[in-house]
Amino acid sequence: MTDRIRINLKDIVNNEERLAPGHRLCGGCGEPTIMRMILHAIEGPVVISTATGCLEVSTTVYPTTAWQVPWIHSAFENSATTISGVEAAYKALKRSGKIPADKEIKFLAVGGDGASYDIGFQWISGALERGHKLVYVCLNNEAYMNTGIQRSGATPKGANTTTSPVGDVIPGKTQWRKPFTRIMAAHDIPYVAQAAPHNYRDLMTKVKKAFAADGPAVLNILAPCPRGWRTESDQTMVLTKLAADTCYWPLYEVDHGKTVVNYKPREKKPVADWLKVQGRFRHLFRPAYASILEEIQARIDQEWERLLKEEAAG
Amino acid sequence: MVESKFLPLDGATAVSQAMRQINPDVVAAYPITPQTAVVQNFSQYVADGIVNTEFIPVESEHAAMSACVGSSAAGARVMTATAANGLALMWEMLYIAAGMRLPIVLTVVNRALSSPLNIHCDHSDAMGARDSGWIQIYAETGQEAYDNTLQAMRIAEHPDILTPVMSCQDGFITGHGVERVGILPDEVVKQFVGEYKPRYALLNTDEPVTFGAWDFTDYYFEHKRQQSEVINSALPIIEDVFSEYTKLSGRPQPVLDTWEMDDAEYCIVVLSSTGGTSRAVARGLRAQGVKVGIVKPRLYRPFPAKYIVEAIKGCKAVAVLDRAISFGAPAGQGPLFTDITAALYNEGITGLNIVDYIFGLGGRDILPDQITSVFTDLQQIANEGQRGAMVRYLGLRE
Repeated sequence: MTDRIRINLKDIVNNEERLAPGHRLCGGCGEPTIMRMILHAIEGPVVISTATGCLEVSTTVYPTTAWQVPWIHSAFENSATTISGVEAAYKALKRSGKIPADKEIKFLAVGGDGASYDIGFQWISGALERGHKLVYVCLNNEAYMNTGIQRSGATPKGANTTTSPVGDVIPGKTQWRKPFTRIMAAHDIPYVAQAAPHNYRDLMTKVKKAFAADGPAVLNILAPCPRGWRTESDQTMVLTKLAADTCYWPLYEVDHGKTVVNYKPREKKPVADWLKVQGRFRHLFRPAYASILEEIQARIDQEWERLLKEEAAG
Repeated sequence: MVESKFLPLDGATAVSQAMRQINPDVVAAYPITPQTAVVQNFSQYVADGIVNTEFIPVESEHAAMSACVGSSAAGARVMTATAANGLALMWEMLYIAAGMRLPIVLTVVNRALSSPLNIHCDHSDAMGARDSGWIQIYAETGQEAYDNTLQAMRIAEHPDILTPVMSCQDGFITGHGVERVGILPDEVVKQFVGEYKPRYALLNTDEPVTFGAWDFTDYYFEHKRQQSEVINSALPIIEDVFSEYTKLSGRPQPVLDTWEMDDAEYCIVVLSSTGGTSRAVARGLRAQGVKVGIVKPRLYRPFPAKYIVEAIKGCKAVAVLDRAISFGAPAGQGPLFTDITAALYNEGITGLNIVDYIFGLGGRDILPDQITSVFTDLQQIANEGQRGAMVRYLGLRE
């Protein structure tokens, strides 16, 4: 994993698009941009399984499909397991000679944060433990957006969602988000990383590293949702850059147990900069909720310091 | 006909022998009593290199069927096994496997569903899945469980069927009961099941396909209609496979196993191992001159309605034995009774004296005396011309 990976824009623009235009995802949605980055970073044939969610319903409205690669959706919670079945079939059919010995196929499972942090958590954990050669990608827009913006285990503290609404006595989600990336890394698999699409070189490098890993790999990628975040559709890249600059969403990787922080903002911005541009956090700026803002800042600082210490520990 | 080699096997091991001979590409499974023997025997075949199968030791039954769906869509020949709560946990994926028309073969070693927790035999697990779009076959013996597993593979993968098959046998009673089981030679089985050639496969990356698309109000209905058409028109093809296997093994494989029904005045309709107990009792009554008969459907989905009606319509009184309750159905009747009475009505037969006996829930023994009492009841019903209670219980303390 020490070889330097080059991401060349000229190569990318000449690559064939494997997620065709014409799908029905919203303008400004982070998901199709990220998926195209992922597909451009994958060399050779790939089979994809996708959990139930926005990406799935918007790209495969029968009788059309936007996927130019073999693709399967079976249910909400099991995209990791479904692709583990495909990968096992690949091994078996290669062994029996039905697939040529020199034919290499890559296996990718995709799920939203609901599919990853919540309903599919066990399925992902099982697939990682079994050591299938697959990459699991969480397209993380921090709530159940496909069903209409309900809170998930990935929804940050304070966010206004339809099942953690801001009310007269409760100020949005009261719990902190689940440390999914850390839990994935705790499986001691070869490669786990967090990424965001504004830094496409970092994201695509991580995709290449994940597929080159000698076992399962997981990528947790922040994917803005203009509908759920209450943001303008032209702010997608600005938003994830702010998430990285405030250290709300550190870009880092755990490569064979070694933590590397891939981006350290020269000047760490206050987390309020990230919160104030999104309608889902608007209520936090009422004077009554000042303590929540302070608490969020303190927690972000603490997590960032912990991450730097983990990197220093090697 | 090919000579079988006879071995002392329990029903679960008989199934793992069939799986060994089929040598599927992928088996994804999770342990649960009383199915565990199936997958642990099979794991040993994998560990010993006797099969070429990729074994996926998943973390739940939902994951087992999820992995099976992935493998089957990938183009592999796929098998698994479960029971009771494991089947219940698979529920969502049963419908998905059937809707995607994936020819997976699932052995169910029938066991009672919780709660309360009980590990012993009844049919509440598979009966609950009877409308999930799977073909269902029920075995009376370990021998039938072996034979059915081989035939299930052929049926599932038939290009005009492409529908998953559930091959059921009674937990503990046949699953753990050792009997003399005839095993066909490996080469013969290999030829019989042939090679699976998928129509579409995810691993054919040169011709990418989309499995499991979002099907809106404009297409979903038509797709479900097609699925229904396939399972309901599968019977002649299933019969072809049964008769081919009959010739091969010398063991008759009827859709409906009938015993002394030509002139039967009183009959019992029952699935699985209780067919044997019922036949033993009926033999004794026949010797005493009572005209009794036994009907044991092997195939339950698609439901062989016409065969059953034809077999029982001339009887003076009929008892259906149900090893499951359809909760909330009229008088708490069982699913087999519901299907048979519906079939009778559809054939215009409304005057037949027919009653339902719920029995054997949670592994409660069914004894020969109880079967005898059913025949006594039937004679009484016929003599008095009064059906009496429609739903009754056998072996229940009240």
